[in-house]
Parts: sequence; C-alpha cells; structure tokens
Amino acid sequence: METTAPIRITAKPSSTHWDLIRTILAQSRTEFRRCFHCQSCGGGCPVSHAMTYRPNGIIRLIQLGLVREALQSSDIWLCIGCNTCSMVCPQAIDIAALMDVMRHMAIEEGVSPAEPGILAFHREVVNSIHRYGRTHKLEIMLRYKIRMLDMFSDFDVGLKMLAKRKLDLRPSKISDRKVMKRIFEACRVPPNGYGR
Amino acid sequence: MAMGADAIELSYFPGCSLATSARENNRSLLKVCKKLGYRIVELEDWNCCGSSSAHSIQSDLAFHFACRNLALAPAGRPLLVACPSCMLRLQQAQLHLKEDPQACETYERMWGRPVDPNLDILHFFELLEGAFRAAGPELKTALKGLRFVPYYGCMLIRPPALRHAKDYHGLMEKILSACGAQPLVWSHPSRCCGTFLSVAKPAVVTPMVNQIIQGAIDVEADCIVTACAMCYLNLEIRCSLKHQLPIFHFSELLSIALGMGIKKSWLTRHLVDPVPLLKAKGFMH
Ligand code: SF4
Ligand code: SF4
Repeated sequence: METTAPIRITAKPSSTHWDLIRTILAQSRTEFRRCFHCQSCGGGCPVSHAMTYRPNGIIRLIQLGLVREALQSSDIWLCIGCNTCSMVCPQAIDIAALMDVMRHMAIEEGVSPAEPGILAFHREVVNSIHRYGRTHKLEIMLRYKIRMLDMFSDFDVGLKMLAKRKLDLRPSKISDRKVMKRIFEACRVPPNGYGR
Repeated sequence: MAMGADAIELSYFPGCSLATSARENNRSLLKVCKKLGYRIVELEDWNCCGSSSAHSIQSDLAFHFACRNLALAPAGRPLLVACPSCMLRLQQAQLHLKEDPQACETYERMWGRPVDPNLDILHFFELLEGAFRAAGPELKTALKGLRFVPYYGCMLIRPPALRHAKDYHGLMEKILSACGAQPLVWSHPSRCCGTFLSVAKPAVVTPMVNQIIQGAIDVEADCIVTACAMCYLNLEIRCSLKHQLPIFHFSELLSIALGMGIKKSWLTRHLVDPVPLLKAKGFMH
C-alpha cells in the first residue's frame, strides 16, 4: 500500500514531483539539485557503512521522484546530523539539513520508520524535556527499553554507568513549570507528548 | 593571566551532559575559568537545547528550546557554552533570528523581550587562546612527556550556514603543547563518535568508536583528549578493544597544567582508569 500512495506533503493528494522538490527545497533551504554525485559526502559519513543508499543516494532518489523510497529508508534515521557531509560537499549543499527535512516529512506523512528504535529514542528525549525542561538520561534509557521491549541488552553498560555515577537517579528540573507546556503548544505537539 | 578584582563576568550555559553525566568536566572547567580570571554566573533556569533529537523530529521545537536560553541571557554579558553540541544549537538559532524577521517576531511574542543582536555566544575554547600565550616556565613543563591525540568530534564542524563562525580546530594542540605535552597527528580528530546511536544502535557505534581508539593506538598515544562530553562518554562505554586508552576531558588536563591537579572525585568517574598513566608521568603521586 505504502509504496504507491501519493505523498501529501503539500496537503494536496495530487502533489507532483515538482511540488515535492519545491517543498523540500523550501524547508531545507539548501539547493540539493546542485549535487553532481561525487560521493564525497558518503566517503566522510561515519554511518555510511550501515546505510542503504548513503547521503548522495538520498538526493538521487529525490531527484528521480522516488521521495517515498527515501522516506522509507533507514538512512534518514541512521543519519546522526554530524554535519561532516555538509562540510565536505564541494557544492556547499547542507545535506544534514536535508536529512532533517526528510525525517520531518516521514513523521508528518506517517511513513512507518525503517528504524523505529531511533525515532522512539528521539521521542523519549523530547518527552523528557517536556516533563523536566532538561533531559533525564536514566529515565530516557529505561522508557526507551520498555518501549522497545528490550530490558536486558546493554545491562552491563547501564550498571557501569550507574556505578560511576554517570546516571543520576533524580532528574534535574527547571523551575519554570509552565514554559515547556507553552513551547510544546506553540509547536503543536499533542498534550501527552510524542506518544506513549 | 588576569586574576582577582577585575574579573570578567560571563553567563554560563552548562547543558545537560555537563550538569549530570560529565560533572567532572564541568567542575574542572569552572576551576580553570576561575583561575584565568573569569567570574562565571550560571544562566538561571536554563533548559536543554534539544540535543540531536529535537531538530531531528521538529525544527520549531529545537528553535524554541534554544531561544528560551538566549532570552534568559542578561544583556551585556557574553554567554559561555562548554558543550559543542549545545553551542551549535544556540548558534543556529541565533543565525536564524538574524536572518528571518518572522523568527524574531515569534521570539518576541514567546519571550516578551526583543532579540539581543549583540549577544556574544562564546565557546570555552575562546577563553583560552590568549591566556596561554604568555606561558610561564612552570607551565611550559607541566604536562611534559604526555603523548596525546586531540579529539574534537563532529559538533565543532560548522555546517555551510555557519562557515564564518569561529573554527576551534588546532587549539587543543596549541595549548597543551605550550604546556609541554606532545600532540600527535592522527586519523580521526573530527570523526563523529556515534552520538545517540549509542543507545538505539550500539552495534553500529561500536566499530566507529573502535576505529577512533585504534587510530590513537596506531600513533602510540598515551591518551585521548576530548572537547565534548558526549564523545567522551561514547568512547568510554562503546569501545570493545582489548587495549583501551585513558580519555581525558580537555579541562581536566588544563587543571593539571595550571597547577591545580586533578581531583580524586573526577578520576573515580572515569571508566578507563587514568591513574596509572598520571602516576607514570609524574602528574600525580
Ligand atoms: S558531496 Fe555534495 S556534490 Fe558530492 S555527492 Fe555529496 S551532496 Fe552531491
Ligand atoms: S550528517 Fe548524516 S549523512 Fe551527513 S555525514 Fe553525518 S551522519 Fe552522514
């Protein structure tokens, strides 16, 4: 189903390929059509070994009108936003910014993420900020593990971090209790945060 | 080195990592700042900058998180940031405010005050440049014999929009070598440590971290010196090599260099015990 459904990014079910490119250009504010596929970005990308298309491959998919394939790829989630690609690109394309836009689109479009764990992690971090105004690492990790139904992997690392007092038991909180609610409302995040 | 009454005041944004998991980084950094003659005032009620997660899923969130902190900063005082990732987020928000009048309007509506176009966001490294130039004789040998590789990580790399922002690469080499340590040329000074994938995809991150540490071992380094607390953590928890190297926060070595030593309470927070190395080099008894 998903592979053939039209992309609604511009809120019109009939979005053409050109509409999509224009939307991605406007949101990423980077002229990715300049890409001549030299692959310098992939060469420098620290996670390209785990990717399917690699950064320039994502650009190629968009150019070819295969936006949905790009949105369904693991690559957009594996990208850690390290900016290495953006720094080395001879065409000064901000590929990291483009990857951000692809993730936002995938979420808006309800494309089921190829890396649900990574999205779940991001959501736990953002929810933690919603609750406390700061991140509480221990709780993020526990909630993430519960969400992924994976309580036992990495147990040893968790214990080591606790023993070295790198994981505080209690969160550090901001004192303005209302401000996060205001920010989240301004961003139209549902009141219960990013899903449970 | 300026000291005493004419201390320069700075607002300080520690960020979540330094406030919690990398407390030893925070403490050593504050000590060094004080010694260099700065008065550090923590930004009151600062919030998380959103880290890698907020901008990954929603750009408005990342923008507002950063802006609230900018709005908390009192006028006329530079804002000091220690974490490269927070630094990047705050700089990006500031740039967005400078370029987009609509963003300024949103800011003013949200925070009830005008954007301060002159707010100077400073990275900790910037305080050091001048301070070590006039190194005294004790300083020149303070870290004698320490072979290190400088590890900047990726967050000090500037995306195209920030290409005119200050470039800090080379500073750790410059300063630590002024203190007698020996910087080594190596393969991975700006390689990404894997950041949050360390939680969600440890199997992807372990080879990345191993490569970095192997790179340091290949040039026979005694230790790795990090600019970023998150890198520090990943290098420590995700390395699966038999032979691991001690890792230091840059600020910890500066504390030793400035004659203030390294505290036991910082050392016990290291996963790879640095004490044997420090003793062998005579930096600790
Ligand atoms: S480095 Fe730039 S021009 Fe080269 S392939 Fe990547 S995006 Fe395209
Ligand atoms: S920003 Fe993403 S795509 Fe670019 S080098 Fe880093 S991980 Fe790879």
